[in-house]
Amino acid sequence: MRMIDEGRGWPPMLLTSWRALSGFVFAALVGSALGLLAGLSMTLAKTMRPVITILLGVPPIAWIVLALIWFGMGGATAIFTVIVTTLPMTFAAAIEGMRTVDRRQLDMADSFGAGFYLKITNLYIPHLLSYLFPAWITALGMAWKVAVMAELLSTNEGIGASLALARVNLDTDEAMAWVMAVILLLLSVEYLFLEPLKRKLEPWRNDASAKR
Amino acid sequence: MLSWNKISHHFGYTQVLEDLTHSISAGSCSAIVGPSGCGKSTLLSIAGGLLQPGSGTIENSFERTAMVFQEDRTLPWLNALDNIAFGLKAQGVAKKTRREQGAKIAQTLKLTADDLQKYPHQLSGGMRQRVALGRALAIEPNLLLLDEPFSALDIGLKQELQSYVLEKMSQTNLAVVFITHDLLEAIRMCDSILVLCAGGKLVYQCEIPETPSSRSERFIYHQVASLLEQPAVRAAFDLSNAPSREILSA
Repeated sequence: MRMIDEGRGWPPMLLTSWRALSGFVFAALVGSALGLLAGLSMTLAKTMRPVITILLGVPPIAWIVLALIWFGMGGATAIFTVIVTTLPMTFAAAIEGMRTVDRRQLDMADSFGAGFYLKITNLYIPHLLSYLFPAWITALGMAWKVAVMAELLSTNEGIGASLALARVNLDTDEAMAWVMAVILLLLSVEYLFLEPLKRKLEPWRNDASAKR
Repeated sequence: MLSWNKISHHFGYTQVLEDLTHSISAGSCSAIVGPSGCGKSTLLSIAGGLLQPGSGTIENSFERTAMVFQEDRTLPWLNALDNIAFGLKAQGVAKKTRREQGAKIAQTLKLTADDLQKYPHQLSGGMRQRVALGRALAIEPNLLLLDEPFSALDIGLKQELQSYVLEKMSQTNLAVVFITHDLLEAIRMCDSILVLCAGGKLVYQCEIPETPSSRSERFIYHQVASLLEQPAVRAAFDLSNAPSREILSA
């Protein structure tokens, strides 16, 4: 609280939020869209599976080291690491969603001569959303963790950098305060942004929970 | 006119249809009956353009074809009204018009305005099947392909929806192909009956006299009995010697 009162809490929080969120939004959009496209072709989806497993298995810290070599010190390293660690998550969820689209519903749509665009918007995407939302929430949590970790090693601004400073000063209170800040940011993004989005995009599910 | 011309089809090494030729003219109703796995649904999928036959040709000169399946296949994320309007949407009808037409059809199917706002999971199985039937009829088809649409419904509901389809047939010059396990249903609704045996061969074919509306229950039961007396039909359903063979071996 004192950090915020003194006005030195906000700038690192904003900076870290920007890095985590820009990386996350990019990864969520691109990963989901690529997963949707890859999922349209069974062969491509199967080919991508081992690639995904490898990408998901590489420890974030390894990416940070590589990014440091490629991009040097600075925000780009953090954003890159966020993208590269969260994109496979959303991509894998989208492919899994595409794999489980109901063949019978597709037949029904085909029997009415539904076009490709209609099938994408009315069949694939609504079905995919129920796979994507959980993946987005996991990816969002990952984005904060990775952003802070990358900052700790690669920048001198942001929550991660402030944590590094607290470590040097052996200041437990300060370190705890920054951890709290990260948690609060994560919670507020999930409940102020993702939950309302879910409600808007999946109205039929709201009804399900309300009536049962 | 819909004609299957020497249609054969295989799934892997299993033959499901063998050299089948038949045609359906406007206003007629044909039932396809046969044991499970005899290729009835495959035949319908071919007619509906969902499947290319292994060999043979299919000709469909009906302007609009609609299908109703055994499961309702409603889309869970659309409310009942938008589900009914889905076929119209596929044809590119504007939102306002398709909702009006959907609501009109829904009314004849005894779906209330309240039901139309509900999502499929909030409706009963019977209601969902009404929605599915409404979705098919909303596009005002000339040919209606029914794949056991009423087999999961109770007898009261079944009869109600059967009468509804019969009514549609008499109002418009709708042709119907009806797949069913239920011989009573087949004879109640259709002008001709085709019997397929396992392997998808057409083994028996007959016409049912009188118009569906003038058929009495007695007449229908009588027709079922005489259909079941046919050796080809008994063989197709494996009725002929299954019980007696068991008795002999015992």
